[in-house]
Amino acid sequence: MPRGAAGGGALRVENLVAGYGQGTVLHEVSLHVAPGEIVTLVGRNGAGKTTLLRCVMGLHKPSAGRVLWGGSDVTAVAAHRRAAAGFGWVQDDRGVFATLTVEENLLLPKVSGGGWPLERIYEYFPALKQRRRSMGTQLSGGEQQMLALARVLRTGARLLLCDEPSEGLSPLFVDKIGEVLTQIKKDGIGVLLIEQNIRFASRVADRHYPLVDGRLQEPIANGDLAERELELLDHLGL
Amino acid sequence: MTNFLEQVFNGLVSGSFYALLALGLAVIFGILGVVNFAHGAFYMLGAFGSWLALDKAGIGFWPALLLVPLALGLFGALLERIAVSRLASLDPLYNFLLTFGVTLVLQDLVVRFYGVGSQPYSAPKELQGTISLGLFDYPKYQAFVLVAALVVCSAVWLAFTRTRVGMVVRAATERPDVARALGVDVRRWIAPVFGFGIWLAGLSGVLAAPMRSVNPLMGSDLVITVFAVVVIGGLGSVSGAVIAGFALGLIEALGELYAPFLAQVLVFVVMAAVLLWRPAGLFGRQEVRA
Repeated sequence: MPRGAAGGGALRVENLVAGYGQGTVLHEVSLHVAPGEIVTLVGRNGAGKTTLLRCVMGLHKPSAGRVLWGGSDVTAVAAHRRAAAGFGWVQDDRGVFATLTVEENLLLPKVSGGGWPLERIYEYFPALKQRRRSMGTQLSGGEQQMLALARVLRTGARLLLCDEPSEGLSPLFVDKIGEVLTQIKKDGIGVLLIEQNIRFASRVADRHYPLVDGRLQEPIANGDLAERELELLDHLGL
Repeated sequence: MTNFLEQVFNGLVSGSFYALLALGLAVIFGILGVVNFAHGAFYMLGAFGSWLALDKAGIGFWPALLLVPLALGLFGALLERIAVSRLASLDPLYNFLLTFGVTLVLQDLVVRFYGVGSQPYSAPKELQGTISLGLFDYPKYQAFVLVAALVVCSAVWLAFTRTRVGMVVRAATERPDVARALGVDVRRWIAPVFGFGIWLAGLSGVLAAPMRSVNPLMGSDLVITVFAVVVIGGLGSVSGAVIAGFALGLIEALGELYAPFLAQVLVFVVMAAVLLWRPAGLFGRQEVRA
C-alpha cells in the first residue's frame, strides 16, 4: 500500500453506508480531502460524524461503500495498517492513556518516515516536556489535547482525522490548536476535522461539509461562509 | 507473639499463590476482557504435570519448574489462537463459557486416567527441613515459595512498567482502538499475553505440588477465592492483583487465628466491603465515558 506522501495522499470516500445493528447511521456518504487541505464535518450530535471518522480509520466496518487512499482501496485494511499507511486519528475524548506517562504516550506509536522526532515535539509543545514523567491523565484537558495531537504527529501521518479538538478548551489552547493545524497544512497533510465551533472552523478550514442525519450536504467553501453561515447554523440546529 | 508471626508467614505463603494466580487472571482479563475460568484447571495441571513428570519420566522438581509452566503456557497460547480468539468479537460470556468448558474437560480427563485421589509429591532435598527465622523455625520449602512469588511478581511488574512490551500491553489493555489507530497491532499481543497468564497459573501449580494435595479438583476450590482477589484488586489491575493477593492471604491467616468462625467467608466479606467502598476495586480505574 502506498504511503500518502508517495501516493498523492488524497482521501476519497465513496458511497459509504454504516450503522450499528439494524440502524443505519451514514447514508451513501461521499467526500474527498486533498493533501494540505482542511475539511470540516459540521453537524449536530448524533448526525454520524464520529462514525464516519471511525470508518475512515478502520475502527468501524462500513456495510457498503469504499475508502480510497492515494487511489488504492483500503476499505478492508486493518486500522493498524492504515496507521502505517499514513492515517492518524485524534478521538473526541483525546484517547490519552492513563496508565502510560506522557513520554510513553509519545513513544507508543509506530514512527514512520516524516514522523516528528521527540525533540521537535518537545520544542513545539514545551508543556509536554515539562510534564513528560506525569501519567497521561494527570494533564489538564488542554494539555491532553496537545498530547493527542503531538502523539499523532509522531506517527508521520499524512491524513489527520480530528474529532472536535477544540471542544471544552480555553481560548489559549484553541489558538494553539489552530496554530498546529496551520503548520500541518503547510506540511501538506490533509485534515478531516469534526468541529462545532464555527468561528474556529472558519479560521483554519478550506471547505465545510454539513452532515444532517447521516446524509452529507453540498460542501460550502470557506470563502462563502460569511454569506452562508445561517444555512450552516441551521444544519447545526443553532 | 511467635504464634502471630508464624501465622503472618503462613498468610504470606498462601498469599503467594493468590498473587501469582490473580496476576495471571488480571493480565488475561486486561487484554481480552475475558475472565479465564480455566485458570484453576491450569494450576491443577501444573501440579499434576510435576507429579507425572517425576512418576513417568523421572524429571525432578527443578526441571519441572522450568518445563511444565512453559508447556502449559504454549498450550494456553494455542488455545487462544484456536478457540478464544474466534469468540473475541462476541459477548464476553461466550468466552467465559468456553473456558468453563475447558475446565471441565481438563479436570475430567485427569480424573478419567488417574482418579480423584491425591498423588504424593515431595519437596526437593535441598528444600526439605526447616530454616531458622530467629523467633521460630519455618519450613524451608514454604519460605522458598514466598521468595519465588515475590521475585516473579517484581519481575513482572518491572517488565510491565519499564519495557516496550509492557508499555504496548498496558496501552492495548486500556484503549485497544486507540492503540490500533497509532499503528500497534494489538491482536498480535493477545496470544502471547494469554499464554503468559497460563504460564503463571502453571508455575503456581508446580510450586503448590510439594505442599498441597495434588488432585484433579485442587484448582476449582482455589479459583473462586482468586476471582475474589482479582475483583478486590480491581479487574485488570496488575499491581492490584498482587497486593490484594498477599493482603488476602494475610487476612485469611489472621482470621483463622482470631476469628475462626469466619474462616470460610472472610474473603467474601472483605470483597463485599471493598466493593461497597470502591466499586472498581482497590486499584481499578472507574470506567471512562464511552
